[in-house]
Amino acid sequence: MTDDQVYLQRLLTEIKGESSPYALMEVCGTHTMAIARSGIRDLVPPNLKLLSGPGCPVCVTAQGDIDAVVAMVQDPAITLLTFGDMMRVPGTNSSLQEERSRGSDIRVVYSPLDALAAAGQMPDRQVVFLGIGFETTAPPVGATIQQAAEMRLANFSVLSLHKVVPPALEVIFGDPDIQVDGLICPGHVVAVTGVEPYRHLADKAHKPMVVTGFETRDILEGIVMLLRQLHRDRAQAEIQYRRVVKPEGNKVAQQTLQDVFEPADCRWRGLGLIPQSGLKIRSVYQDYDARLKFEVPDIEDVPIKGCACGEVLRGRITPRECALFGKGCTPLQPIGPCMVSQEGACAAYYRYTPDKGRL
Amino acid sequence: MCLGVPGKIIKVADNYVGTVDVNGNQMDISLRLTPEAQPGEYVLIHAGFAMEIIDADIAAETISYMEEMGWYDR
Amino acid sequence: MKTDRILMAHGSGGSMSQQLIDDVFKKAWNNPYLSAMLDGALLDLPPGRVAMTTDSFVITPLFFPGGAIGKLSICGTVNDLVACGAKPLFLSTAMIIEEGLPLSDLHKIVDSMARTARKARICLVTGDTKVVERGSADGIFINTTGIGVIPSGIDYRPSRIKDGDVVMVTGPVGDHGLAVLAQREGLRFATPALSDCAPLGVIGRVLEKYGGEVKCMRDPTRGGLATVLNELARQSGHGILVEGGKIPVSPVVQGACDMMGLDPLYMANEGKMVVITAPRQAAEIIRDLRQLSEASGSAIIGEVRLEPRQMVLLQTELGAQRILAMLEGEHLPRIC
Repeated sequence: MTDDQVYLQRLLTEIKGESSPYALMEVCGTHTMAIARSGIRDLVPPNLKLLSGPGCPVCVTAQGDIDAVVAMVQDPAITLLTFGDMMRVPGTNSSLQEERSRGSDIRVVYSPLDALAAAGQMPDRQVVFLGIGFETTAPPVGATIQQAAEMRLANFSVLSLHKVVPPALEVIFGDPDIQVDGLICPGHVVAVTGVEPYRHLADKAHKPMVVTGFETRDILEGIVMLLRQLHRDRAQAEIQYRRVVKPEGNKVAQQTLQDVFEPADCRWRGLGLIPQSGLKIRSVYQDYDARLKFEVPDIEDVPIKGCACGEVLRGRITPRECALFGKGCTPLQPIGPCMVSQEGACAAYYRYTPDKGRL
Repeated sequence: MCLGVPGKIIKVADNYVGTVDVNGNQMDISLRLTPEAQPGEYVLIHAGFAMEIIDADIAAETISYMEEMGWYDR
Repeated sequence: MKTDRILMAHGSGGSMSQQLIDDVFKKAWNNPYLSAMLDGALLDLPPGRVAMTTDSFVITPLFFPGGAIGKLSICGTVNDLVACGAKPLFLSTAMIIEEGLPLSDLHKIVDSMARTARKARICLVTGDTKVVERGSADGIFINTTGIGVIPSGIDYRPSRIKDGDVVMVTGPVGDHGLAVLAQREGLRFATPALSDCAPLGVIGRVLEKYGGEVKCMRDPTRGGLATVLNELARQSGHGILVEGGKIPVSPVVQGACDMMGLDPLYMANEGKMVVITAPRQAAEIIRDLRQLSEASGSAIIGEVRLEPRQMVLLQTELGAQRILAMLEGEHLPRIC
């Protein structure tokens, strides 16, 4: 065994020695994926539950918001650019993938800057970038809006579905039915915001939090650090992912967020309306707000029959406990959002976690 | 959310454009959110932007942090 | 009148069609079968079971680092024959060409098909071209159909896979998929990755001497290694356990995939084989494969198990076993 493997096994041994029933939640789709891909969930003792919270921005995008985007792209003047993750997310009757096949001009990009470049290349098209994501992705999108404003690009705008993480965590911690003993905090979100919001949450909810990276080793260290806090009855916000996360966060990115966006009430799939949890484009940048430029209807969510994504996102049940899991709802034909995104809790379970009953 | 990978800055040009190298792959990214980043430094790349400069000393540590935390005298 | 692009008239069947055949195809391909100018090729086959396969090639861009649609259209069909255990012998091609394709591109494509076919020791015996209006095709679509003969003693089928068999792959995976992806619009990154596109008849010739020791072979093209392993698990009714750390992936491919949120195990390959053999001579087989330039990166990546039936499990660096699923839907770059 290499030194790294020895170290990983040592971390694992400490985790395996845990005998108390603790539930630890991560709130980042990349953590969901990393835990599933590395097989950590299978190696921790049964008394230790690893829950996936509302950490995948694709999964928490309200169904009504997808419906509104679908309605918007009916305008033949619009070219919609988005991250690949959004293509398959089902609205009530359609998805972006389906709309593309019906003739809407919808393209996948890697960066909002690609959308900006596309707007420059297609002056006679209205280029709309679909902005999804939390505090990590919102600053790049904000910086792109600022750049568009500097360039005075008249055919570029952003439909902001951006959200911030802490208000959703407050909802979860405030729900007496949900047992969460510690939080694996999203490393790349905290790299932007700094650790302060999580210190505040840790105090308020009296729960330990560890800002964690995404390598297998990071996640094991994060779990060990949470367990050690729990043993000492501490509720601090610690940083495991120190190579990237500075306690104060990225001030430039924070300023960009502040300058371009303002908090607004926002609907989350599975969690409902959460006050001040969304990011709306400020009026100084209104020329770049697709919501003001185009017909974007406000559509209420229609509940999906039998879908328990709301319960999964709250950590009340694990994906396998949903009646639709693997039956009507699979990654290819998803019913609920948690099955859609690669990093959705259900998709990660479906793809990577063997059903003990089948083995 | 938030897939991020480390990349090494190999060139900084005007208008906050930086060229990064990820295992031999090269990409132009924006340094607007890390304006102080210099060639030779590693940055965390997300959605075509450098999000943070990576602390090379800490990244090079192997198990020292857990040692610091009292791994051995637990 | 001399033109430098494909016109609808090139597909008319009249004198311009004839001119295209003379100028482009006959120059590149010349053999007794074609020069007989019959409506079909008359073939004499050596004894043995005949394998036949067909594949259509649509790719954007037509030319990419390490390959092009022409070379690809030969390799794809040759490799399917090789995977059947056959010696590739004869090939047909049908091309659907979009009006406006530069003639120089067509020349390049046809020449590279001819070169690759020679290298693969397969003979193009019949062909057809059609021209469609601009906008009805993406430059050019190429279909190839191949025939080969299976030597006696060779029988590559998933049903011969048994518990304890050894799973190999003939080199690092994902390069082709990445090389093509990096050329796509909207993903502006430069990668040194080259398509691995190559005809693999030589692998077939090396494995032939091991006869029945080799159970099955398949080329992990669309859907990548993970998808082919799943096909083999389903068709054999057995389980496959691979060790994640043993699957060869170049750092370039791994880095680019991490960047784009893709998984190399789902990226297409055009010059690799998955080989399943009995354990007895596995060491000799892998040694022989590594002697070939086309398979120098060969590695044993796992083994066949009775359970879990029809599933592929991947052992992680922590020693946990997780499902390695088939590709579902499109393999899109993600950001989350």
